[in-house]
Amino acid sequence: MIDRWLREAKSGSDIESCWRSGTATRRGVLCLAAAAAGLGAGGLAPMSARAAEPKRGGTIRVAGSAASIKDTLDPAHASNSTDYLRLSMFYNGLTVFDEKLNPLPDLALSVDSKDAIVWTIKLREGVTFHDGSPFGAEDVIFSLMRHKDPAASSVGRPMAAQFKSAVAKGAHEVELTLESPNAELPSILAVSQFVITKKGTEDFSKGIGTGPFICQMFSPGQRSVGVRNPTYFQSGKPYVDQVVFFGITDNAARVNALLSGDIDIAVAVPALATPQIKAAPGFEILETRAGDYTDLIMHVDAPTIGNPDFIQAIKYLQDRQRILDSVMLGYGELGNDQPVPPANPYFDASLEQTPFDPDRAKFHLNKAGMVGAHVPLVCSAAATGAEDMAVILQNSAQLAGLNIDLQRVPVDGYWSNYWLKAPFAYGNINPRPTANILLTLFFGSDAPWNESHWKNPAFDKLLAGSRGEIDPAKRKSMYADMQRMIHNEAGIGIPIFLSHLDAYASRVKGLHPVPIGNVMGYNFAQYVWLDG
Amino acid sequence: MARPVLFRAPPAWYIILRLVGARIWMSLVLLLGVSVIVFAGTALLPGDVAQMILGQGATPEVVNALREQLHLNDPGWLRYLHWLGGLPTFDFGDSLVNGVPVAEMISGRLGNSLLLAAFTSALTVPTALLVGITAAVWRDSLYDRVLNVLTIATVSLPQFLIATLAVLVLAVHLHWLPALSYRVDISSPMAAVRIFTLPVLTLAFGIFAQMARMTRAVLINTLDDSYIWMAILKGVRPVRLVLHHALPNALGPVANAVALSLSFLLGGVVIVETIFGYPGLAKLMVDAVSTRDMPLIQGCTMIFCTGYLVLVLIADVIAILANPRLRR
Repeated sequence: MIDRWLREAKSGSDIESCWRSGTATRRGVLCLAAAAAGLGAGGLAPMSARAAEPKRGGTIRVAGSAASIKDTLDPAHASNSTDYLRLSMFYNGLTVFDEKLNPLPDLALSVDSKDAIVWTIKLREGVTFHDGSPFGAEDVIFSLMRHKDPAASSVGRPMAAQFKSAVAKGAHEVELTLESPNAELPSILAVSQFVITKKGTEDFSKGIGTGPFICQMFSPGQRSVGVRNPTYFQSGKPYVDQVVFFGITDNAARVNALLSGDIDIAVAVPALATPQIKAAPGFEILETRAGDYTDLIMHVDAPTIGNPDFIQAIKYLQDRQRILDSVMLGYGELGNDQPVPPANPYFDASLEQTPFDPDRAKFHLNKAGMVGAHVPLVCSAAATGAEDMAVILQNSAQLAGLNIDLQRVPVDGYWSNYWLKAPFAYGNINPRPTANILLTLFFGSDAPWNESHWKNPAFDKLLAGSRGEIDPAKRKSMYADMQRMIHNEAGIGIPIFLSHLDAYASRVKGLHPVPIGNVMGYNFAQYVWLDG
Repeated sequence: MARPVLFRAPPAWYIILRLVGARIWMSLVLLLGVSVIVFAGTALLPGDVAQMILGQGATPEVVNALREQLHLNDPGWLRYLHWLGGLPTFDFGDSLVNGVPVAEMISGRLGNSLLLAAFTSALTVPTALLVGITAAVWRDSLYDRVLNVLTIATVSLPQFLIATLAVLVLAVHLHWLPALSYRVDISSPMAAVRIFTLPVLTLAFGIFAQMARMTRAVLINTLDDSYIWMAILKGVRPVRLVLHHALPNALGPVANAVALSLSFLLGGVVIVETIFGYPGLAKLMVDAVSTRDMPLIQGCTMIFCTGYLVLVLIADVIAILANPRLRR
C-alpha cells in the first residue's frame, strides 16, 4: 500500500511537470488520467470517453437533493451529499479519490511513512487561498486537528481521534503521528471533512479555501454561487466560469427542472424516473456503483429474531434479482449479505452467492420452529427502497410459511426512533471511503453502529490487524476472511447494492463515475465543461 | 325614506377602535399561549437539533458534545424562559442550526412570501368575488351549474397534482415558462411574469374556488331575506339590488371567508415552495421543524399567527364598515 502510494505521489509530480510544461490542456488531462489509471490495468477505457477537448466558459446550474437551513460550508459539520458538493467547489483535500478509489495527491505532493504511524506529508508550494493568503503547513495542522476539539463538534471526530499529533517541519511539510498504525491514511485524508481551510478560521460561511471556485454567494437553504478561481493550482481548471448550486428536495420537481432546461445536472434522481429521462432527447444518466446499501437488520441477541436458523432462512428468502429489477430498475448489483461492494479493491469475488431458495428457507424455519409464525418487520421510506423490499420479502416469506407483518413508520424521526432499536428493521448505509472505515463503523464489536449486535473477537482482531498490515496480499486475504464472517454469521441481510444515479443534459461533458458518491464523488465542478 | 331607528348605535370609528384595542391584548395572550404549545410540541418530537445537524453519520459522543454546546441539556422551561426573555427587545434568538439571528433569516423570506401572497390575492380576490356574485344572482342557471362543477373540481384537486401537471405541460413540454422560481426577480414585468405565473396559478386554483363558493353561498342566503323581497317588490333594479342592498350585508361573512383563504397563503404554501423552489417562509418553517430548531420554529409560528390575526381583524373591520346599521 505504502509502496503504491509512493508511486502515486511520483506520478503526481509528473502531472505537475505536465501542467508546468505548458503543453496543451488536452495532453495535460490525459497525463492526469494516465497517472490515475496507471494503477489498474484496463484503466484506459473510461478515458477515451473523455478525450474530447474541453471547452471553456459558461455557467452550469446544478440541483442537489437537499436544501435546508442546515446547509453548511464548515467541513466539520458537513453531513450530506449536498454539503460535500459545496465543499469540493471551494476547498481541496490533501488527497482526492480517482475512479478506482485510489487516493491521488491534491494539496499534498506526497504522503509517506515507513511504519504507517509517523507520516510525512509534503505540500504543494505557491498555492494561495481565495483571499490571497498563502497555503502552508499551519493550515493543514489547523484543518486536521480541529476535528479533535470537542467544541468543534465535528462529524469527523471519530476518524480524527487517530491523529496523535501534527507538527510543521518547515513551511510546506507536516509530520502527522497516529495513535496506531494505519496504512490507509492517504485515503482517510481524502474524506470530505478533512478538506483544508485557512488557519484560525472561525466563520466558515465565506468558504475561503484553495478550491477551483471562489464563493460568491452562500445562502443556506437557497443558493450557492461559485465563480472560477483564476489562480487555481491545477492550471487549466476549472473549465466553466460559474457554478450555481441549489437544492430541490422534491424528486419529481428536480427531474422536471432538468427536462425543462432550468438546470444542467440533477444530482441523485430516483431509479423510477430514469425511463422518463432516457425517453427525452438530450439527457443522460450517470450511474455510479459506489456500494450504497439498504440492509435488513436482525438483532442476533433478540429472542426469536436472533435465532441463527431464522436469520439464515431470511437470507435465503431475499429474492435479490427481483429486488434489483423492481426497486432499482436494474441500476445496482446483487448483494451477498456483506457490505464490501464489488467496486472496492478488497471485494472477495470467491464468496459464494446466497441464492433465493424458499425450500432451504423452510428447512431452517422448521429447525427454528417458526413455520406459520408471525413476525413484525419495521420499514420506512427513510431507508431507500425499504418499503418495496419489505413487500417483496413478505411475499417470498409466504412461500416458506412465514408471515411477516409490515409496520410502516414515518420518515421523520426514523433514524433516532427505530434504526438500531427495532430488532427486525431496515437501515441504509452510505458508501465509506475505505473498507476498513466501513467495517470499523458497522461491524466491530464495539462499533457505534453495530446494527445487528453481532460480536466476534476473531473479526475484531482481523480488523485491527488489517489497519497496520503493510503487505497488500495479506491485507486482501484478511478482508476476504472478514467478508466471509459477516456473510455467514452477522444478522445483516444486504439484498442489493444501490447505484447512485444522476441525470444531466448532454451538453455537459467530462462526467464519469467515481465510486464514492454522486457526480464524481461530489467533485464534479472542476472537471465538467459545456459543449455549445 | 328614513330608516326606523330602533336603537342608537355607537359610531363606527368607536366600535373599530374598541375592537382593535381588545384584539391587540387578546392577540398577545394568544401568541404567548401558542408559543407554549409549540414549544411543548417541538419537545415531544423524536430526536433533537444536535442529531439533526450532525446527521445519521455522527457518533453519540459527538452528538452529546454539540448538545452541551447548544444548552440542550438544560431543562425545557429554562430554555423557554430564555427565549421569552429576548422578546421584549425584539430578540427572537439565534438559529440553533446555523447561528444566524432568526429575525435575519425570516426577514429575507418574509418579503418573498408576502410578494407571492400579494400577487395571488390580486388575481384571485376580484375574480372570485365577481364569479361568486354572478353565480348567486343567476343561481341555478347553466352558468351557475357549470361554475359549480368547475369550482368543486378545482377544490378537490390536490395542489401538488396541479403544480406538477402545470410544470409538465408549460415547462417541460412547451418550454413557455421555467420550472423553477428560485430567484425572486421582479426587476422587469416580464421577469416577474416568468417567475410568478406557475406558483400563482397553482395557488390561485385552490383558493379561488373556495372564495367563489363562499361568496355565492353567503350572498344567496342574503338574497333570500325578506328585506330583499321587499326591495324587489318596490321595484329596485337587479344591479342596484345586489350591490346596494344585498352585498353590504353579505360582505362581513365574505370578508371572513376571504381572510381565511388568504391566511393560508402565508404558511400553507409549502408544496408550492417545494416544487418550484420558491424561497418563502413555509419552507423555512418546515426546515425548522425537521431540524428541531426551536427559536426558528417559534419565530415562524409567531409570524404566521400574527398574519392570521391581522387578516381576521381586517375582515372584522370591513364587516363593521360595510354594515349599513353602523354606517353614518
